Amino acid sequence: MTAFRALIGRDLKLAFRAGGEALTLVLFFVMVAVIVPFAIGPDRPQLTRLAPAIVWIAAFLSMLLGLDRLFRNDDEDGSLTLLRHANLPLEAVVAAKVIAHWLVTALPLLLATPVLALLLSMSWAQWGQTVLALLIGTPALVSFGALGAAVTVGLRRGGLIAPVLILPLSIPVMIFGVGMLDPLAGSGATLFLIALSLVVTAFSPFAAALALRVAGE
Amino acid sequence: MTLASGDLGSLGMAAMNQPMPVSEAFQPHLSVRGLSVRRGERLLFADLQFELAPGGVLLLRGPNGVGKSTLLLAVAGIVRADSGRIEGAEPTELHLVNYQSGLKGRLTVRENLKFWQAMNGATGLGLEAALDAVGIGGLGVLEAGYLSSGQLRRLALARLLVSARPIWLLDEPSAALDAEGEALLGQLIDAHRARGGIAVIATHHDLRLADPAGVETLLLGGVS
Amino acid sequence: MSVDTVKQPNWFSRLAHPGQFLAWSRYLVWPLAIATLLSFAIGLWFAFFNSPEDYQMGDMVRVMYVHVPNAWLSQLVYGVMAVSALGTLVWRHPLADVANKAAAPLGAVFTALALYTGSLWGRPTWGTFWEWDGRMTSTLVLLLIYLGIIALWRAFDDQLKAGRIVAIVTLVGALNIPVIKFSVDWWNTLHQPASVFTASGPKMPASILTPLLVMMLAFTLLFALLQVVRMRTEILRRRAETLSRQAALQGAAK
Repeated sequence: MTAFRALIGRDLKLAFRAGGEALTLVLFFVMVAVIVPFAIGPDRPQLTRLAPAIVWIAAFLSMLLGLDRLFRNDDEDGSLTLLRHANLPLEAVVAAKVIAHWLVTALPLLLATPVLALLLSMSWAQWGQTVLALLIGTPALVSFGALGAAVTVGLRRGGLIAPVLILPLSIPVMIFGVGMLDPLAGSGATLFLIALSLVVTAFSPFAAALALRVAGE
Repeated sequence: MTLASGDLGSLGMAAMNQPMPVSEAFQPHLSVRGLSVRRGERLLFADLQFELAPGGVLLLRGPNGVGKSTLLLAVAGIVRADSGRIEGAEPTELHLVNYQSGLKGRLTVRENLKFWQAMNGATGLGLEAALDAVGIGGLGVLEAGYLSSGQLRRLALARLLVSARPIWLLDEPSAALDAEGEALLGQLIDAHRARGGIAVIATHHDLRLADPAGVETLLLGGVS
Repeated sequence: MSVDTVKQPNWFSRLAHPGQFLAWSRYLVWPLAIATLLSFAIGLWFAFFNSPEDYQMGDMVRVMYVHVPNAWLSQLVYGVMAVSALGTLVWRHPLADVANKAAAPLGAVFTALALYTGSLWGRPTWGTFWEWDGRMTSTLVLLLIYLGIIALWRAFDDQLKAGRIVAIVTLVGALNIPVIKFSVDWWNTLHQPASVFTASGPKMPASILTPLLVMMLAFTLLFALLQVVRMRTEILRRRAETLSRQAALQGAAK
């Protein structure tokens, strides 16, 4: 357990020291939401109606953008190889890194959503539900992302392939995440999203660890 | 083992005087039989065997590209063997040192070492003692990115001291080390052997080991 | 740790050895080609001349004889790829990743054809080429997955490593496709009440069912033929690469 915590701690420390990459992601997240009104017009009722979808798309894109840093640095400096000999199975190593990645890339987005709510004239209730949906859905997004990052870790051009691979796979997260705000079917979507998030989060460390083992061979 | 602790020099003294949380002596037994490894479709070596008892050292020699590094990675369980058996090389029983340091430039020297201590178990020297032992004792609060490559290599070696593990797999460990560093490396390996540890070392340099007995050499020539 | 990989050769692994496969699959190509041509001839004759017009769609119903087989193959090919992915990961079979690599572009083409014929069909039925219908949407996502897998194959230099990595992605995709299908159907009922595709179903009259089944057989045979040819090409291509690499290494040794 100390090893697990030490790994999370190291990744957080590195994220904070490495020139504020987390802040850049938040900036990107807000910017995506800012450019949408320029594309569809400043009509407030329309913005209100589309706001949850815009927030989700912005979150999707931000998460994809931050993916590459999950395993690549550790692969390039040899940490990933050495971690294979740690007192921690590789699956747990992946899980720790996924948790750290969620804390660094997803949590700041959640904290930035009030700004988006304001810009897109969301109601408080709408904002609350969107944050709840993101809270449930982002672990699944990060887990799919870990898989994409793991299968492309040995590739120099992996930065572009990983999002293309995992985007179709994460469509259900988007569907149920936005579906949670539907007045009629919302509760069903909530349950589906919780189930999906739990299964994907539990399953992906194994798949990603397998991919990392293959990549090291 | 006929080594007296006085023969080990200052480093050996430091290492020996530290209280050891785990048993003093290792009892490893590394055995490799019929090992064949491919890279792509190319067979690097076939039907390789060696066996190492406590205190044993195997030097891997041969020109570039014959698979010395790959052999170490295979014993380390990273590269998959095409066929053959490797026994006694549990992942948590070994240390690997190669050209990749696994160190983060944005963390301090001490933070780097502390991280690997947490990952591999605090079963060896303390952090300060290990840094002193490899001769970078005063640099603990410096970010590792400011170290020279020789100092980085010393920090990578300190990793071996904070977590006591019986098998060392060293790939060109003397790279970037100065004369004093090479002597230090020899002392480290001597102390490791004195405790019953074993080492497989791929190197082009001659290591200065105190006790040449029990040091075997494996010449890899390449098969095609 | 102990690594023990002494293989027990049985009849299957002997037959499926790449060299053996090259030897015996040679005799498969022509019979498959002839069977494919024959069943296409019969199926197309039925489809054009010996099946009724639809009372609503008229001659457009005949698109179904191409659309449904392609839709069926879009899923069958993924099934083949998932099985070969298991072969790569579990049995480390040298032929399995060749099968996966050969099948991926075929699957993408069949899926694209299913979408294309579907939209041709949709034009008179829905009055538009594209409708976010549940089935069409799932097929579109499937096409994206195929294209992602092809992109991943192409991104790797080391094809052996690529085979195992792609196998992991293929299996994750196979587990995920039912979830995608379910979520898309759920999303579809949320936004529009019913799907228009009702023509296919078990209650079809024999006059439609017979040509449909023959056409499905013909397309499946076509896939089998193309798959065998592509696998042979891939094995030969890898051999040629190995030979040229060996020549380069020997040249370096001199």
